[in-house]
Amino acid sequence: METLPQATIPSARLHVAVQAEDFDLQTELRTLSAGDRGIGAITSFVGLVRDLNLADDVVALELEHYPGMTEKALIRIAEEAAVRWPLHGVSIIHRVGKLYPGDAIVLVLVASAHRHAAFEANAFIMDFLKTRAPFWKKEWTPEGPRWVDARETDYSAAARWHKVVSEQYGNDKHD
Amino acid sequence: MQVTLLYFARLRERFGMAEEQLSLPEGIQTVAGLIAHLAARGDVWAEELAGERVYRVALDQEMADFSAQLHHGAEVAVFPPVTGG
Repeated sequence: METLPQATIPSARLHVAVQAEDFDLQTELRTLSAGDRGIGAITSFVGLVRDLNLADDVVALELEHYPGMTEKALIRIAEEAAVRWPLHGVSIIHRVGKLYPGDAIVLVLVASAHRHAAFEANAFIMDFLKTRAPFWKKEWTPEGPRWVDARETDYSAAARWHKVVSEQYGNDKHD
Repeated sequence: MQVTLLYFARLRERFGMAEEQLSLPEGIQTVAGLIAHLAARGDVWAEELAGERVYRVALDQEMADFSAQLHHGAEVAVFPPVTGG
């Protein structure tokens, strides 16, 4: 990720967590918006564990991560979003350990005065999380465990943002 | 120069270890030099690090490329491309 212009990081509320426990959407929404009446929109993305991937039955998913680097990478991604869009707050929660189909795996909340920034920044954060945050998925199938391979489409999804943001805001800056 | 190496996911399983301390021979100054040193162990090390397999390197918990300079006490992690989210 390119170096951030440090002086332009606004005072958005940034929260990241890596945890085995499930999260509660309402609780996290309230925590992010508490005391800030300037927020007009919060977008939420919740990723779930699927039971089917690449035509194999997935019985369970095991999430490994790199303690220390993971938290730093998530904060960096949230900061990067807060530089590019006028945000009031970001909350990212990613679960680790053993998860099962239907379980929530990741939560991204983005708060802004307006919906467009909240929608776009949320998608931006998920695209970068998928290529930058050190998590690895292992799928458990009836035939045994298998590490999930990274997908090229995840990299092209992250790469598109450089173009989008440059075109909209000119040289990665916004007013 | 002493460095701490960390391995994750498939590489942790293939190498049979999660962490090791290594005293690097004189002359190894970069991530590229360190990877070549590890690949020279042969067997799974060569298969994973000197073959077709794709991997990533982090230096002191930041993504790094092969030209990154090592330092005494550096934490170097080697892992497959990430698959979170």
